Amino acid sequence: MMSKIVRTISNQLILLVLIFGLYIIMHGHVTPGGGFQGGAIVASGAALIIVAFGSYEIQKRLKERHLSILESGGALIFIGLAFAGMATVFFYNFLVGSPVFGHIPPFGSNPGDIWTGGVVPLMNIGVGLKVLAGLSAIVLAMALAASGEEMEE
Amino acid sequence: MRRVVAAVCLGVVVVFLVVSAFLLHPFGDPPSQMDDYMIQNSQNETGTNNVVAAVLFDYRGFDTLGEATVLFTAVTGVVMLFRAVKKKEEENK
Amino acid sequence: MTATVPFNIPFLAVAALIGIALYIIIFRRNLIKLVMGIVILQAGVNLFLITLGYREAGVAPIYTNVPEGVMVLPVPQALTLTSIVIGVSILALMLSMIVHTYRHTGDIDAERSRRMKG
Repeated sequence: MMSKIVRTISNQLILLVLIFGLYIIMHGHVTPGGGFQGGAIVASGAALIIVAFGSYEIQKRLKERHLSILESGGALIFIGLAFAGMATVFFYNFLVGSPVFGHIPPFGSNPGDIWTGGVVPLMNIGVGLKVLAGLSAIVLAMALAASGEEMEE
Repeated sequence: MRRVVAAVCLGVVVVFLVVSAFLLHPFGDPPSQMDDYMIQNSQNETGTNNVVAAVLFDYRGFDTLGEATVLFTAVTGVVMLFRAVKKKEEENK
Repeated sequence: MTATVPFNIPFLAVAALIGIALYIIIFRRNLIKLVMGIVILQAGVNLFLITLGYREAGVAPIYTNVPEGVMVLPVPQALTLTSIVIGVSILALMLSMIVHTYRHTGDIDAERSRRMKG
């Protein structure tokens, strides 16, 4: 556990890091970014909180069961969307042209429209949840092992 | 003796890498038939502005599926390794 | 089209990185230095994948407010993303195995901690 100044500032900073990471995940089909990059940004925010408060305090709130549920949920969203286009072929983009995320952008340079993309923004959310939970679980397990405690069952 | 053999093999591999760095295509002019098709047709086939995201999730979605599996296996392995130590310490006491 | 960079300097940089990484992996005995050698090898391979797909005076392959010019190839960039994530997973597994080895044998030398104990 670090001093009072570090704890106060990281309390305020974790909100900005969380909003920025979710922005990068959601706009992955319009601007550079996507699921993997946004998940790594949110996991680095979790590492900031673990360093500032000490892993024993964080482990009382952020249990490993909740991270496991998040990670499995993200993987199931990804595989469910891959199977949903099974009528034509595995991984078929069946949402292009339909009212959900189905606009088609004109060819060439254009200001980006967020409702384009078909099945790609939903897959971005699934992969972003999976990377977020996975990297946070790795950082939490290693911080607990370094300070001498053990993870609860 | 073993270190001499290892040093000779390392020298052969480094010479091979340097010679093949000169024999590749000139830097800035790659052969690109498949990528030209993807740059031209990704806006009306997949509907995204970001061609890299369309390649990652639509044209080559199987690679992303394999990578998600590797990440899941690694996280399972790390959490399992840091949980098994408590039971061994209780057994040794 | 003549090349702008003489002697393919980025490919020579990749050869130097891979050569240094292989030297570290063969000739060092401390386990932490072995892990550093493997990480340098992964960095060299990722650099090779990105510099394979560069076009002269190219822009990023994204159509939102794109400036004028040809686009670089998008497929090597997607493969590099996958490779970076796999590198991070392998690094996490290797480091936790080193912690496990140290708790069991008390030693992080690659030659001396190879013997199996009872």
